[in-house]
Amino acid sequence: MIRTTVSALALMALSAPALAQEVWISNERDQTVSIIDVQTMEVVDTIEVGARPRGIMFSHDYSVAYLCASDDDTIQVIDVETREILHNLPSGENPETFVLHPDGRHIWISNEDDNITSVLDVEERRIVAQIPVGIEPEGKAINHAGTIAITTSETTNMAHWIDTETHEIFNNSLVGSRPRDAEFTTDDKRLFVSAEIGGGLHVFDTETFEEIVEIRFEIPDVHPHDIQPVGFRLTEDMTRAYVALGPANRIAVVDIENYEVIKYHQVGRRVWHMAMSNDETLLFTTNGVSGDVTVIDLVRQEPIKTIQVGRFPWGAAYRPADS
Amino acid sequence: MSPYLRALSAILQREALRFLTQRERFLAALVRPLVWLLVFAAGFRAALGLSITPPYQTYITYEVYIVPGLVAMILLFNAMQSALSLVYDREMGSMRLLLTAPLPRWWLLFCKLLAGVLVSILQAYAFLAIAYAFGIRLPPMGYLWVLPALLVAGLMLGAVGLFLASTIRQLENFAGVMNFVIFPVFFLSTALYPLWRMAESSTLLRDICAWNPFTHAVELIRFALYLRLNLEALGWVALTFAVFLGLALWGFDPARGIMTRKTR
Repeated sequence: MIRTTVSALALMALSAPALAQEVWISNERDQTVSIIDVQTMEVVDTIEVGARPRGIMFSHDYSVAYLCASDDDTIQVIDVETREILHNLPSGENPETFVLHPDGRHIWISNEDDNITSVLDVEERRIVAQIPVGIEPEGKAINHAGTIAITTSETTNMAHWIDTETHEIFNNSLVGSRPRDAEFTTDDKRLFVSAEIGGGLHVFDTETFEEIVEIRFEIPDVHPHDIQPVGFRLTEDMTRAYVALGPANRIAVVDIENYEVIKYHQVGRRVWHMAMSNDETLLFTTNGVSGDVTVIDLVRQEPIKTIQVGRFPWGAAYRPADS
Repeated sequence: MSPYLRALSAILQREALRFLTQRERFLAALVRPLVWLLVFAAGFRAALGLSITPPYQTYITYEVYIVPGLVAMILLFNAMQSALSLVYDREMGSMRLLLTAPLPRWWLLFCKLLAGVLVSILQAYAFLAIAYAFGIRLPPMGYLWVLPALLVAGLMLGAVGLFLASTIRQLENFAGVMNFVIFPVFFLSTALYPLWRMAESSTLLRDICAWNPFTHAVELIRFALYLRLNLEALGWVALTFAVFLGLALWGFDPARGIMTRKTR
């Protein structure tokens, strides 16, 4: 009996190979996705995908990846194990970025050219709502309670607060010029929004919708015009924000308890977005112009490796092992 | 204790005493690279541009790039300083005493060389510690790995200094030679700029840098700091050491060397 059980387990282990930790990178110019093995820190696979891939993320169970194929006007669903495109989902025109609702079923999409936020039901594979927002919608965030969705609009310079039940905008907050990315803190009490041209990271109180502070960046040998905050990530414990500063080629480390910039990490050219490992020990930044990804060790707080990927890497998504 | 070890111990002690009593020399040797690191590098941050050259695995700041070059600079200046003291010793007569010891001349000169290198290594580590305090972090094991690289590079530069000391008799002349040697050797190397940067302005300059043994000493140190062995650099450094030590031994040989001809 025991022998049979052991054999069965061994067979299962053989038939279902353990998946390594990976980071998936969308290469905007190459129309590919590069897959980086976190252990070896090398590109282990490259997948051909739709036109102009940008936003990329995994489903909550990490079984599939969702990818914005912007110029194909679709969201592609990629099987994580076989790395094959399973099907395309409707997205509205020119999907650039998106966010997955905590329910794991609804994806909120920015349709850059149509000034619309689309809500996609991935199970029914249909758009269930389209919400007119400001000009050139870009950044997306949903609070952890799943009640509020944020769309930032680049040209209107606003963060739109949308009720996820009614799909109605219930508030608008003015942000610095060209807001790019948004994220709620773990306790949902604060909303962070980056302003690319404005050059700051804006923090809002989610009860009053008032701005608490604007965090500014200064790098001695970089012209202020080149300091353009784009993608960023907040840590689970709400102590740090890692902010990509575009053509400044730096990642800023911000203490979000005291709103102070602690450090800048040197990365490749025009750093755009990033992915963080679930244990928050590694950060992977997409450096658009230099076509590579810099890995930053967040424990030692230093960049440890830069990995060549495709042309114009844009988005990044992390997948843990054995998921 | 064998006479060989006694001689080594005596020469080391003499060099250590000189090092301890000349604190200004120690400070000066540290101030020079620190000025480069904290002032020069701050002004030339853009000099490196954004590139990844081995042994680096990612983009680095200019301050990080020039650290190995400045460590090699300490070895270079110390080698020349050591050679200067040899010329001084010869003028004062203590050199003659040393060389008349009943031991092979090569051993005595090698001991002198080694003593100078050990003092340089102490200074190099002091510099690395100060650089660390200013936020320049290297792989922790790199501080250990660099020790043999410092020894080999130091011996090579010391042998060059020894050779120069064997060719020059007067202290006044040596100061000129030092400037003539140190500056081209330092600037025409990868201490301050990577080879690809040199190639952008002139391929001839790049080729001169690539042939400069000091470049190989810098690269040997640079790779060792990042836990890698640069075999090519090690080969060139070892060859240069052998050639210049041979020339120095020949130069100090009273029967055949330059000393004989000069003293005639």
